Amino acid sequence: MKTLDRKLYRDLWRLKGQALAIALVIASGVMTLILAVTTLESLTGARDRFYASHHFAELFVELKRAPLGLQAQLQQLEGVNLIEPRVRAAVRLAVPGYGDPVRGQLLSLPDGRQPLLNHLYLKAGSLPEAGRDDQAVVSDAFAEAHGLAPGDRLEAIVNGRHTQLTISGIGLSPEFLYQVAPTDLMPDYHRYAVLWMNQRALAQAYGMEGAFNSLTLTLQAGASEAEVVDALDLVLARYGAIGAQTRHDQQSHRFIEEELNQQRITATVLPAIFLTVSAFLLNVVMGRIIQTQREQLAVLKAFGYRDSELARHYGLLAAAIVLLGWVVGVALGSWAASGLAGIYREYFRFPEMHFGVPLWALALSLLVTLLAALAGTWHAVWRAVGRPPAEAMRPPAPHRFRRSWLERLIPAPLLGNEGRIVLRNLARHPLKAAFSVVGIALSAGLLVIGAYQLAAVDTMIDQQYRQVLQMDMELTFNEPTPARAAGELRHLPGVLAVETWRRVPVTLIHAHRQYRTSLLGMAQEPGMRQVLEGQGRPQRLPETGVMLTRHLAELLDVKVGDTLEVAVMEGRRQRLSLPLTALVDEPLGVGAYLELSALNALMHEGPAISGAWLLVDAEHTAELHAALWELPRVASIGLLTAAEQGVREYMDETLLMVAVIFVGIASSIAFGVVYNNARIAFAERARELATLQVLGYTRAEVARILLGEIALLTLAAIPLGWAIGVFFSHLLHRAFSHDLFRIPLVFTPHTFGFAAAGVLVASLLVAALVFRRLGRLDKIRVLKAVE
Amino acid sequence: MDETAEVVFHARGLKRFYQMGEMTIQALRGIDLELHAGELVVMLGASGSGKSTLLNILGGLDSPSEGTLSYHPRRSEGSHEPPSLNLATASQRELTNFRRHHVGFVFQFYNLISSLTARENVAVVTEISRTPLPPEEALALVGLEHRLDHFPSQLSGGEQQRVAIARAVAKQPEVLLCDEPTGALDFQTGIRVLEVLERINRETGTTVAIITHNEVIGDMADRIIRLRDGRVDDWQANAQRRRPQELRW
Repeated sequence: MKTLDRKLYRDLWRLKGQALAIALVIASGVMTLILAVTTLESLTGARDRFYASHHFAELFVELKRAPLGLQAQLQQLEGVNLIEPRVRAAVRLAVPGYGDPVRGQLLSLPDGRQPLLNHLYLKAGSLPEAGRDDQAVVSDAFAEAHGLAPGDRLEAIVNGRHTQLTISGIGLSPEFLYQVAPTDLMPDYHRYAVLWMNQRALAQAYGMEGAFNSLTLTLQAGASEAEVVDALDLVLARYGAIGAQTRHDQQSHRFIEEELNQQRITATVLPAIFLTVSAFLLNVVMGRIIQTQREQLAVLKAFGYRDSELARHYGLLAAAIVLLGWVVGVALGSWAASGLAGIYREYFRFPEMHFGVPLWALALSLLVTLLAALAGTWHAVWRAVGRPPAEAMRPPAPHRFRRSWLERLIPAPLLGNEGRIVLRNLARHPLKAAFSVVGIALSAGLLVIGAYQLAAVDTMIDQQYRQVLQMDMELTFNEPTPARAAGELRHLPGVLAVETWRRVPVTLIHAHRQYRTSLLGMAQEPGMRQVLEGQGRPQRLPETGVMLTRHLAELLDVKVGDTLEVAVMEGRRQRLSLPLTALVDEPLGVGAYLELSALNALMHEGPAISGAWLLVDAEHTAELHAALWELPRVASIGLLTAAEQGVREYMDETLLMVAVIFVGIASSIAFGVVYNNARIAFAERARELATLQVLGYTRAEVARILLGEIALLTLAAIPLGWAIGVFFSHLLHRAFSHDLFRIPLVFTPHTFGFAAAGVLVASLLVAALVFRRLGRLDKIRVLKAVE
Repeated sequence: MDETAEVVFHARGLKRFYQMGEMTIQALRGIDLELHAGELVVMLGASGSGKSTLLNILGGLDSPSEGTLSYHPRRSEGSHEPPSLNLATASQRELTNFRRHHVGFVFQFYNLISSLTARENVAVVTEISRTPLPPEEALALVGLEHRLDHFPSQLSGGEQQRVAIARAVAKQPEVLLCDEPTGALDFQTGIRVLEVLERINRETGTTVAIITHNEVIGDMADRIIRLRDGRVDDWQANAQRRRPQELRW
């Protein structure tokens, strides 16, 4: 087959423009697949390895206080394997030379040794020495943010008492792969820290001698998670436990899972779109190549080449294009994956994360692209080789043209000769024209999706931080505090306004569904924390009953007017029945809201609060921070501007990357479809165009025929592309609606304009190329050539 | 002509209809004919007489709509030579094998593969043949030994047609079928091409069938078969073949 293969190379070289355009689309599909799969694999791999090697716990219980002696009893519970009681405490830190308040949590370690569960991975230094009460391991992200090293000192407030801590080591824990403050969405490594110190020392500082307030466990093989949870809840309820949590509820684990789900969607949806388009392009182009090579094909058949040999020949041509696309896609995918790896390394703290393209992903992507190529080429090749050779050697029957209905709609003088040719050409191959329109529309759709994501995330952050959360600072107290504490806060320097709130951990129950969250009690008309209705207008809190985030109401399958069971997880642990009075629309998190004094009444307590929101004069921040440092009752201080900034930075970083990839691949599709279409139209009409030029038409007039076709297809594709984009955005909106955050469904004129502009630019580029080619058309040769 | 020579093709009542756009064309309306081993036959006819269709069917490029057509009807299964084949009922696979090993084609418009050089155009055929000539030798046979590595676009029409002949004879076929081999060439070049065909017939004993509308070419044949309107109008044997150099038109 040597000579035929040589023909293959030369044909490929002649078709390099079209081949490249198709290869680019294939490359886009392969790239998204490789990117998503590689990220998925390395995240999952790094996570699973770390979980296994450092004994990540399977159940987590927070409680008020239980005697260490209870451990033996818990150990007897059926299904419990390892059990690790510990002390957990909120901590406030001051880093020398850093002005902003830092909050964090302190966890206990068995004196001088690793815990049974959630081993620490020490990046530097060592565990606190046994018996030392002033040493702590700090989380690596925090240490990195502040340039801390073993031996450095920190000032801390634990349980209202000031202490000096020396850093003994820098560590990572499988519990805090995603290191974020309980009330935040994004990590803020400057202002949030996790620390570990000796059990005895922490218990003493926190008033937990001989007791624990946090428990982690693993299950025996085959044990029922739900049964163990129930058993634990039964035993621990009287010790103030708010219910055992599985890994699914664990914050860090949960966030990684969401991220992985997102990658899973990316790994399937996008490659599917790209590979469908490339299959279609291959079909069109291979059909065209074979059409122009009818004679050659017939001659080869006349010489006795078998159908299978010819099919192989053209199959290889398609395969070569596909392979090129695949190689480029793998290269780009690996490159993009390593770029994304940098971002992930910063947000997910794994001791090690290997970013290698898994072999099976290479094989899978190759298989999928080859299948797409096969689907695209099979028909064209088979139709050609299946014909009796003599038939292929006769000139094709003259094309049948007729006046289309579209043509009749437009008055003749308006249409002109060029317009008529354009319309009839399109009408002759309506299916091909339709495919081209769909191809271009898909790329416009991708651009809509890309622009939608950017706009939606921006809207989401705006809603959350400009409309819902309007405070500058959130203070949380160590424990429920009398409401008069608010008066004290009001007199701190720089405080403009104070609003208090009460938070009670609860489990909401409706029929067989339940959800663990907290009731947030606020003023009847909260000023700094809005509860919005569907149109984004603030609502008043009802005097009785509870409001739920719309998403939570859907999770619980409860409607306004229904009654919710509320199991209170602190104090007397009563069970309440509360009517659902209204729904709240908010993009981040889920919650249950009611009026503060109503909540106090339900809890059978006086006017108590869990924390306060502050409006602050930016001029006096430093003084305020210093004053708050002296208020040991404040367990944590959250800075909303910093949080918003963190979210925006993260979104900018990841979404910008995604947007660049999206725009790149969407334009490659638009270009691939339009370019191939134009080249084929050009080749098919070379004689026609040359004739017109010989007859005295100018280049511009002749170009109008080709460019008119491109323009018509593009214009038809844009509205369809908008529709496709809106449809897929709906899917994305639904796929990315979970209790952590919900991307709102918003479309702006900007989004549609961007998509249209992207496609138009690609078409203009093609038009310029076609126009140039038209100048090089050898009129005499085309007319003399044998048809 | 040697009437005792083996019959290569035996046709009875060949008919062929085509659907061309919205029209049905009756290309062959019932052809009876025999071609013998080693003879040079010229089939004459105006355009539309059905001569190309007949040639395509003889060469296994096309199948008749009706009638019978046998290749080497008298050969038995066991002989060393190629077995006989009923071309009218042969499967596509059998037709492909038939073309691959027994027939060489020369077309009016050469039909060279433009992305391959002269040598490669010949090699495309020799690579799938059982007993091919080396491409260089086949090209030397048509006087193109000095143009081996030229692409079709770098060759004149006559040279291209000679490459096509070299390609056709390189597999050493039993039958060489030529469809208007001089149709696209000027007189001088046409004569050179006919010389090549004549020499191949004379030296190798290959059965050669040439179809043309040019009456003069008939003078170089053993036999002339005239086609009109899809039927054999008449046939005539030449007592003496004229050499191509002697032809004038």
